[in-house]
Formats: sequence, structure tokens, C-alpha cells
Amino acid sequence: MKIATAEFIQNGAQPVTGANKIIEVKNVSKVYGTEVVALKDINLDFEAGQLTSLLGPSGCGKTTLLKIIAGLLPATQGDILVNGKKVTAPGPERAFVFQDFALLPWATVLDNAAFGLKMQGKPKAERDDIANHYVKEVGLDGFQKSYPHQLSGGMRQRVGLARALSVNADVLLMDEPFSAVDEQTRRKFQEDLIRLREVEKKTFIFVTHSIEEAVYVSDRIILLSPRPGRVSEIIDPDIPSDIGPDELRRNEVYLETVENIWHGIKKYVD
Amino acid sequence: MSTLNTADPALLRDRADAPGLMSRLAQLPLIWKLLSVALFALAWEIAGRSGFNFSFPTFTATVAAFWSMVVDGSMGAAYLRTIEPLIIGLVFSLVVGVTMGVAMGLREDVEWLALPIFIVMQAAPMAALIPLVTFIYGISLTAKVVAVVMLAMPVITINSYKAVRNVPGSLVSMCHSFMGNRRQQIWYVVVPAASPMMFAGLRLGVAEGFSGVVLAELLITPTGIGDLITFHRSVANFAHMYATIASIVLFAVIAVGLLQWVETLLFRPEKGNVK
Ligand SMILES: Nc1ncnc2c1ncn2[C@@H]1O[C@H](COP(=O)(O)OP(=O)(O)O)[C@@H](O)[C@H]1O
Ligand SMILES: [Mg+2]
Repeated sequence: MKIATAEFIQNGAQPVTGANKIIEVKNVSKVYGTEVVALKDINLDFEAGQLTSLLGPSGCGKTTLLKIIAGLLPATQGDILVNGKKVTAPGPERAFVFQDFALLPWATVLDNAAFGLKMQGKPKAERDDIANHYVKEVGLDGFQKSYPHQLSGGMRQRVGLARALSVNADVLLMDEPFSAVDEQTRRKFQEDLIRLREVEKKTFIFVTHSIEEAVYVSDRIILLSPRPGRVSEIIDPDIPSDIGPDELRRNEVYLETVENIWHGIKKYVD
Repeated sequence: MSTLNTADPALLRDRADAPGLMSRLAQLPLIWKLLSVALFALAWEIAGRSGFNFSFPTFTATVAAFWSMVVDGSMGAAYLRTIEPLIIGLVFSLVVGVTMGVAMGLREDVEWLALPIFIVMQAAPMAALIPLVTFIYGISLTAKVVAVVMLAMPVITINSYKAVRNVPGSLVSMCHSFMGNRRQQIWYVVVPAASPMMFAGLRLGVAEGFSGVVLAELLITPTGIGDLITFHRSVANFAHMYATIASIVLFAVIAVGLLQWVETLLFRPEKGNVK
């Protein structure tokens, strides 16, 4: 049953459909100052319920694009549509997970997770209740009263994730969420992310510079090229969904996809 | 800029695993604190008995002098006189200084208008201007309040300003991304994030305020603690003079330490949590 569902979503990912696009990026360009063209003419659709990765070498504009989608940064040109409506500011349907976690050092895990709800003006008892649910869901039960400095990097990012989940946004925007986390924790995190997707049925836009990570977790990979940032390729990895994480890293399709992307990206890295 | 009497932001980053000197002192077991006080008293006693300077009293003589001034009421009366301009001046400096500092940190137009004034005020040797205050305000309470404000406010303002400018951009972005408005951003992110450096400025400001009020009492109006010091010096009551000086130093240290405690209580619970 699970497999069938997963397959259905994967088939829905093919470009032919496009009926349920939740976010559209239309002709977006971004120029910093007068010189630095960070993005040029980006056109992209993001399907509801999918995990899409933005992949590319450092400096190709991944963060810039994600922040424009989040409404944290104005585009120099072009529009962002969420459910068909133009947006220019952050909204309740999008939640951001920050690369450097962006946790309040003076607030407990629970209070950090409840921060978004507090901004919405939810009463304390209610927001604590909701935040507590997600703190447990990301595997931090027992740490509700801890402070960020008492947690490891991986645990801190789980708090960032709980905060984003608590506001019940449809779209989670994640900027290299695992890059400040050690390799072992990172793998565990990737597996948790895949599990979380099945539970939460949300749309994920996921920035990474790791090819393996992108191929492992994504329904679709958008390859960006640097200077100026453009969409250079769109890849839908067709990896069988019924194999475990350990098998997967030896799977032929997986290895082949990683290899292909590396060939596409190699010319930009020197 | 390098002459500014501000704490270095890099040293003040909210690393709870590297608490400030004050909180580290506070965490020492009581026995060690008592032991270090005892050692200090012993060294003082030996130095006093060695007779290297005719005006330097022993520790025991100083304590006895302190006690006699407490008993005859002159110490209490002096503190009552000194504390009034000190408190008025500090409260004014705190309210105006923090407000101005935060406003300068948040708004470029306010920064452009006011920052140069405070930079000059902080760099100038304000103590040298205290005699001028007498020309304007005479030898009134106002003159002493002004002296306190002149010394305490610049450092409080500049530190509050720098504290706000040093708030991590990613926290402000985070608040924005979760749809926090400007008011929420200031109250829930900027002020608590800036509080360690702001309180460092407040502690410096309170210390400066003590200098201000004692200087005013020495230079403008012979009243309070300043008068007590001057009087006992003039009659060669050196034990009494030292006792007065030591008491005001101790008082200032306790006042500054109390501020640290208030900060932890109000804004930074995580710093009280380190075991
Ligand atoms: N605030 C800024 N001002 C000027 N240039 C910037 C700014 N932010 C990013 N850039 C430049 O824009 C380009 C894309 O940056 P970024 O989106 O952070 O890339 P990525 O996240 O892919 O590493 C880089 O060349 C970077 O130097
Ligand atoms: Mg980036």
C-alpha cells in the first residue's frame, strides 16, 4: 500500500502533469548592487507534496533563490506565485529552516519551537501543546527544557525543523539544513527527512551542495549553474522506492544518477 | 574609535559556556570567596604593620574606624546624601541612554544625528568638565546629577547602540520569516539578543556614575562620601579615610554585581542554567 502511494507520487512528478503546482517562479532575476548577477531568468514550478532539491556549486544563487521564494529578499525582476497568487513577503503557507539554525540562545527548545506560533499570537498553552508535539516528532522528547547551547549541532537543527513544522505551513524551505552537521548525524537526518515526508505530506524545497544527498532524498533535482545563476538541468531520479538506505547506496540507478549529475556539474568547478 | 570605552563585541558573544568574570566569581564556592577575602585582609594587615607609609592604616584599624563611623551615624548620613544624586543620575542615564542607543541602532536617521555627539562625549575626559558644571548649576543637587549623567550616559548609550547593531542578522530574518512584525522583532529578538552587551555598558555606566558623584562631591560641593573623605584626610584620620574609600569601592562592586544578577533574571535565563 505504502509502495503504491509512493509510486503514484513519483509518477505525478513527471513534467507532463503540473496540475498541482504550489509554487511558481516566473522570470526571476536577482542583481546584488549593480554588478553581481546572482540569478538570471529563473522559471520553475514546484509540485505539491514533492521534495525538490536545488543543487549547485557554492555561490550559484541557491540561497538567494530560496530567500526570494520565502519572501525574505525582493527579486530584482519577476514574480513568485504561491497557489497562483503573487507574493512579496513571508506568508503562513511557507516556513524556513535556516542553515545556521537561527535559534534564540536564551529560549528553551520548546520556546524556540513555539516561536512561529507566538508570532501568530496563539495563546501560550496552545502553542506549547503544538510545539511539544513536533519536538517529540523530530526526536527531541526529554529536551523540551534544554537550551540550544546544551545540544549538538544535529539536535539544534531538529529544533529548527520542529519550529518550521509547528506553524503547519504547506511548504518547507530548507537552506542546506544538514551542512553544519557531522556525517553520521547527517545520514540519520536524511533518513528521518524521508520518513517525515511520508508522515507530514508537505512540499519540501531543499537546498544542498551535496550530489549524493540530493539524489538520495529528492523526487526532483534542479541543477543550477553559476555566474549568473541559471537552471542548467532538471533531473527526476528514478530510484526504486522499496529499498532500504543501505541497499540504496549500492543501487545501480542511484550510482548512475550521481555520476551523471557530477558530469553535468564538473565544468563549473575548478 | 579605538579609544572608546566599550566592551569588545567578540568577547561578549552570548557563549553560555564562557560566562563573564562576574558570573564566574558568583559560581565559586563560598569557602574560596571567604578564603580570598581573608588573604586580602591578612596582606593588608601585614602591610599596615610594616609601617612603609605613615598614612597607611592596618586592616583592623580600618575596620574599627568603619565601625565607629557606622555607630556615630556619620557613615549613614554621608551615604544618604551621596546616593540621591547617584540614583537620579543613573536612572536618567539608563532610560535616556538605552532609548537613544536602541533608536540609533534601529534607525539610520537617528544614528546620523546623534551618534557623533555620544562619540565625542565618550572620548572627552568628562571629569575635566565637572568644574564647569558649577558655573551653570551652582552647588546644587542638579550639579551633582549632571556630573553623574555626564560620566555614565555616554558609555551606556554607545554600548546599547553597538549591542543592537551586533544582533545576528539571521535571527532577525528568522523572526521576519515567521511573520513577526517590527514590534515583535524588537521585543522578542533584538532586545534580548542585545542585552548582554547592553548590560556590559550598564555596568560600566554604573561604575562611571560612582566616579561622577564622588568627583562632584570632591570638586563641587563638599557633601556626602566625598566630604567624609576630605574631612578625615584634613584631620589626619587616615583609618577613617581608608574605611570610607573602601566602603564606596565595595558598594560600587556590589551594585555592579547586582546588575549581572538582574540581567540573568530578566533576559538570559540560559546563563543562570550553567552548572
Ligand atoms: N548580500 C549580498 N550582497 C552581494 N552579493 C551577494 C549577497 N548575497 C549573495 N551574494 C552573491 O550572490 C551569489 C549567490 O549567492 P548565494 O545565493 O548565497 O549562493 P549559494 O547559496 O548557492 O552558495 C554569490 O556570488 C554571492 O557572492
Ligand atoms: Mg547558500
